[in-house]
Amino acid sequence: MTQSRLHVPHPPARPGETPDFSYLKIPPAGSVGRPDTLAPALQIEALGTEMVRVLDEQGHAVGPWNPHLEVEELQIALRHMLLTRRFDERMQRMQRQGRISFYMKSTGEEAVAVAQAMALRPGDMLFPSYRTQGLFVVRGRSLVDLMCQCLSNTHDMCRGRQMPIMYHWAEGNIFSISGNLATQFPQAVGWAMAAAIKGEDHLAASWIGEGASAEADFHHALTFAAVYQAPVILNVVNNQWAISTFQGFAGGEQRTFAQRGPGYGIPGVRVDGNDFLAVYAVTRWAAERARSGGGPTLIEHVTYRAAAHSTSDDPSRYRPKEDWQSWPLGDPVVRLKAHLIALGEWSEERHVALEQQLEAHVTACWKEAVAYGTLNEGPTLDPLSMFEDVFHEMPAHLRRQREELRRLLHGPDAAAARGEGAEG
Amino acid sequence: MAQMNMVQAINSALDVMLGRDPRVVVFGEDVGYFGGVFRCTDGLQRKYGEHRVLDTPIAEGGIIAAAIGMGVNGLRPVAEIQFADYIYPAFDQIVSELARLRYRTAGDLCAPVTIRTPCGGGIRGGQTHSQSPEGVFTHVCGLKVVMPSNPHDAKGLLISSIESEDPVLFFEPKRIYNGPFDGDPHKPAVPWSSHPKGEVPDGHYAIPLGKADIVRPGAAATVLTYGTMVHVAEAAARLCGVDAEIIDLRTLVPLDVDMLCTSVRKTGRCVIVHEATRFSGFGAELSATVQEECFWHLEAPIARVTGWDTPYPHAFEWDYFPGPARIAAALRAVMESAA
Repeated sequence: MTQSRLHVPHPPARPGETPDFSYLKIPPAGSVGRPDTLAPALQIEALGTEMVRVLDEQGHAVGPWNPHLEVEELQIALRHMLLTRRFDERMQRMQRQGRISFYMKSTGEEAVAVAQAMALRPGDMLFPSYRTQGLFVVRGRSLVDLMCQCLSNTHDMCRGRQMPIMYHWAEGNIFSISGNLATQFPQAVGWAMAAAIKGEDHLAASWIGEGASAEADFHHALTFAAVYQAPVILNVVNNQWAISTFQGFAGGEQRTFAQRGPGYGIPGVRVDGNDFLAVYAVTRWAAERARSGGGPTLIEHVTYRAAAHSTSDDPSRYRPKEDWQSWPLGDPVVRLKAHLIALGEWSEERHVALEQQLEAHVTACWKEAVAYGTLNEGPTLDPLSMFEDVFHEMPAHLRRQREELRRLLHGPDAAAARGEGAEG
Repeated sequence: MAQMNMVQAINSALDVMLGRDPRVVVFGEDVGYFGGVFRCTDGLQRKYGEHRVLDTPIAEGGIIAAAIGMGVNGLRPVAEIQFADYIYPAFDQIVSELARLRYRTAGDLCAPVTIRTPCGGGIRGGQTHSQSPEGVFTHVCGLKVVMPSNPHDAKGLLISSIESEDPVLFFEPKRIYNGPFDGDPHKPAVPWSSHPKGEVPDGHYAIPLGKADIVRPGAAATVLTYGTMVHVAEAAARLCGVDAEIIDLRTLVPLDVDMLCTSVRKTGRCVIVHEATRFSGFGAELSATVQEECFWHLEAPIARVTGWDTPYPHAFEWDYFPGPARIAAALRAVMESAA
């Protein structure tokens, strides 16, 4: 007897069960070939099922994808990743203390944003998502500015209009983070099309989680990127979890996310997202391809969301507590550190000293940031500013509404309500 | 000056802007080689090349997302959505992204995108080729919403829209692409060449956004309307003999409240007409505004004449369409109503 069936995906382990990552096929470091950057997409389909890895178990950089970075660059990379992690931890603590309303950590996936921002040029436009704060760190946005955004204070780049972590940086060529997931993916393609129309050498890069790849915007991005061969790097950060649903709910059980690329005629490259050198090398390959007229690349970064989705989430309700400790691709910070130590260019002592230095830096930044105000303590933003920037010039109806609020806040009735200016 | 229909006037506006401003790019489904299903972009790709006038995949969400990215990268995109009925796949990109980008980045990033889209019924388009969704977008903060009623305004308003620093939704009432339609489908079609607003300057000119136009001065009652219904309202006034002052809003956001209210205070009577459905339609906003601003001048309850609150039916198009008879009846009713 035959019968149709409905398959509801289940993650390999739930709370109380033993973590199980046997679904992940991990080839040895250095085993995947590095094709010519202009190789036709359909001739390199295997890159979507394999996994580009450079750092081996002993911390050595091996194989054709080794980017052969200078020691100094590796040390800067380690610093960026550590600073991102220290920043995340501080902001998480400040949320728990009620100083900010919300936060999202990137713990365990710092290599993705840090390596990619380092591999790209300053003129390349980045369309970020959640957990890509490393982009801002690498491009040099001060932590004070990022903290002030989270605090919605008088120094906030968004003037109190956005939840924490929804940063942007126009001068640093980083687009605004949207809470409507995946919208930035096809926008990045449009930006890249414009660069090509204008005959410029810049490319665009964007990031989404594997969960958001289920949105129609993902399909729009890949279709437009393929049709116009836009100079864009589209990154799926497969951190295994979209709040409580595992990657199987975005289609990850049937094929890898990188394999979707060749379906559109776009190379799909799967990379060990916790291997700084591999992410760097794959990004360089894709950037060279884009700048040579070879068009877009889809990159899947295999990583793990070590922290909760956000400060509003409790992952112990849906996955084993010790899941990350069992994650076979390890911790990107630990792996880059081991590489530097294997090179004889780093030590535990220097690592501890750097961590202390960064922690002191984060503390100093926080101290400066809160001086510009917090959600609960002054100085505060002027509420009347909420009417600005809806349009380029404020139309009459908004001027009227602003006046109405001004009277409520500052008029005689407001004074009376505060017990001021009452006569008799 | 030249005689143009609305299609030619829109084509002329795009031609002028593509010629003046190298940042302007025009794209959408079938707009490139073919020149658009309504011919609004005819000849533009030949003239400006396929990097300035492009065909796109059938993906409205992708079209608007790409336009946003292009706008952020310094271009002035003019995106066509082939029918307003097809705009919904782009709803999130328009509402959550395009409309709010300037706001959410405190003015640091913006995308000056113009979205052109044919709307309205009367062409046997059924419920997927006849909608007037302007009210859905007037409810969104950060969008300007425009709907011209004639070739002269269409060109001047489209040029202003493309030059605007804000995103603009530019609705083109397709029933009047080729001539001013007075609401009677049985009469022979009238060409724009017989209408004074079919006279269109060849070069650049701008009609500012946010300015309504009195198309028929009158003393007895004010009619607030836009798009195709401007012509239907004129026919209705002739039909019933009421000395109506007919105001063509032209821009719905920002709304020319001063002109509307000056007229209603003068006449004391107000009829609101649109082809879109009634419940929560733009007429509700107009009615509320007139009531708030002109209550003590009103001699009669405000009347609304709109499409019925049903999808646009294919077989009953002229029973659905708010034609001259219904508008005339509303005009008579506000005249007869005693305060």
